Amino acid sequence: MQSLTQRLANPTRFMELSRTVLPWVAAGAALFIATAMYLVFFVAPPDYQQGETVKIMYIHVPSAWLAMMGYSIVAISSFGLLVFRHPLADVSAKAAAPIGAAFTLAALITGSLWGKPMWGTYWVWDARLTSMLILFFLYLGLIALRSSLEDESLAGKLTAVLALVGVAILPVIKFSVDWWNTLHQPSTGFTSTVDPSMRTPLLIAAVGFTLLFVALHLKAMQTEIVRRRVKTMRLAQVERDERLFSAGAE
Amino acid sequence: MLLHADTLSVARGPRTVLSDVSFTAKAGEALLVVGPNGAGKTTLIRTIAGFIAPAAGSITLKGDDGDRDITEQCHYVGHLTGVKANLSAAENLAFWATYLDGGDGSAIRDRVDEALLHFGLSALADYPAGLMSAGQKRRLGLARLSVATRPVWLLDEPTVSLDAASTELLSGLIRRHLAGGGLVIAATHLPLGLEDPAYLRLGRTAGHAAPEAKP
Amino acid sequence: MSGFLSLLKRDLTLAVREGAALGTALGFYLVVVAMLPLGLGPDLKLLSRIAPGILWIALLLAALLSLPRLLEADHEDGSLEVMATAPLPLELAVAAKALAHWISTGIPLALAAPVLGLMLNLDIALAPALIATMLAGTPAISFLGSIGAALTLKARRGGLLIALLVLPLYIPTLIFGISALGFAGLGQDGFAASFLILSAISVASVAAAPIAAAAALRLQMS
Repeated sequence: MQSLTQRLANPTRFMELSRTVLPWVAAGAALFIATAMYLVFFVAPPDYQQGETVKIMYIHVPSAWLAMMGYSIVAISSFGLLVFRHPLADVSAKAAAPIGAAFTLAALITGSLWGKPMWGTYWVWDARLTSMLILFFLYLGLIALRSSLEDESLAGKLTAVLALVGVAILPVIKFSVDWWNTLHQPSTGFTSTVDPSMRTPLLIAAVGFTLLFVALHLKAMQTEIVRRRVKTMRLAQVERDERLFSAGAE
Repeated sequence: MLLHADTLSVARGPRTVLSDVSFTAKAGEALLVVGPNGAGKTTLIRTIAGFIAPAAGSITLKGDDGDRDITEQCHYVGHLTGVKANLSAAENLAFWATYLDGGDGSAIRDRVDEALLHFGLSALADYPAGLMSAGQKRRLGLARLSVATRPVWLLDEPTVSLDAASTELLSGLIRRHLAGGGLVIAATHLPLGLEDPAYLRLGRTAGHAAPEAKP
Repeated sequence: MSGFLSLLKRDLTLAVREGAALGTALGFYLVVVAMLPLGLGPDLKLLSRIAPGILWIALLLAALLSLPRLLEADHEDGSLEVMATAPLPLELAVAAKALAHWISTGIPLALAAPVLGLMLNLDIALAPALIATMLAGTPAISFLGSIGAALTLKARRGGLLIALLVLPLYIPTLIFGISALGFAGLGQDGFAASFLILSAISVASVAAAPIAAAAALRLQMS
């Protein structure tokens, strides 16, 4: 009995499956996000402290959550590549990194926009935003390392090592940033309690954005698989050409 | 001792460089790997050394007391010399002697002196290797074969940059190694002055490469 | 053990003979520290307050400069491959090289810090704490840096890339190094806690980084 990952390991099978699944995921994402936005703008009350600007939270919090989920996906895929040599692991890691980075950037930007009305500046070095910024650096490192190597297979494996190193050091970084924050700032930070009337739209938005991530990830994986197929076909043609040339010369 | 490869397939990136390669190399016998450029000679040598993992097939080294790990039993001499410019010739060899074989100071000094003598580098023993010519550096790199004892020698085009005299030195070294029960697999264009080596021909015309006698 | 020690000795010998590398790193350290007052203005009270931060960050940057050298030379002359056939595991070989880097580059930079601190009106009473924290933190810099060096051996733009990959890894060391100095300056008890965590991070790096670096090296050789 094959496990799900084993069944999906075949790229062709994956392409078929994802082609059926993708439209539903995308539709689900659109539906959830639209519902959340409706609830946010027409139903949810403005926060008594922050007024209308609190509504940035509905994008900021899911983005932050997806920034972290994205890195987990990269890390798990990297583990799958190095330990199990799963054929789609590298495709998954390569596809997830830019998407995770984009959500991290969205979290940083929305966090910054949210902060301006609250504290008067576009950036405060609070623990969470700072940790998110460092996470962004880790993403950039992954993308930069992969793009700096010609040999794609080597690039994939080295990036996987880097991703696992990043995962190992992330808790240490988080701990040290929290420490640093308590040394320098007594209390600031986003309000951690969320009123129930805000919780439902937030949850719906979170589900919607997660589905969006999954849709983007699947699409990116499909694109990458097709790109690799084109490359393989071209290489085969190149080799055929060379064989013909050498045979003709003999 | 036998080194046996069974239906080896090796890929470099997206290309399959070696496909279904099998051979057996015996102690006391040299196996010369020949073929056109790009046929995969370097890839094969590096795969035997353990640097590249084959996509399919296996390589085993069978000693008198069971299978052994090739990487730790081999001398790998590739295109690069492994010579440090800021160490003297003697220091370079002494390092490799200690690092590859261990042993104490005086035994190492003897081995180093002997190796330098054999390769005609005694006069340059205390000279920084950076001052040497390409040929001298290459000889110094080959001298590594003398300072540490390993049963399996994997040589990738060892005669590049060597003049006729040096090539003869190398051949002598290889002959003595084989006579002592060692195993040599070398990718080369030259016959290396060996009496009756086995040949492994790689190339696109040979899908299944088998050792063939060549007059 | 003789393999580990012989590699350590060899790398230290090479570092001494190729003295220019350390000279460059120290020179860079000096220039960066000197530029900051030029950029910030010579307000001595301000400089004195931010001196620990400047000295730490400039040290990180200077150390970064010297990292590619850790593995490049051995890769370029084929020594790495021969080392892979030696009895000493690659993990220990990388550890020996990182240790040599710490001794030949990390320690000198750490010892230079209080001297450079004079330019920043560093409180002299802080000098012992400064040296102690830097000696405790620089092993992490060498060992975590070895991971970056191993990953970027064949990469284009290797020098810049190492900085991008490795600086985030240095953040915990930086934070606890500065934290310890902050407590030392105020004469509070927090110094011990920060110093211990700083040392723990270095110890963990020494133990774990060679594993990742050796894995990356093996991938590079195939």
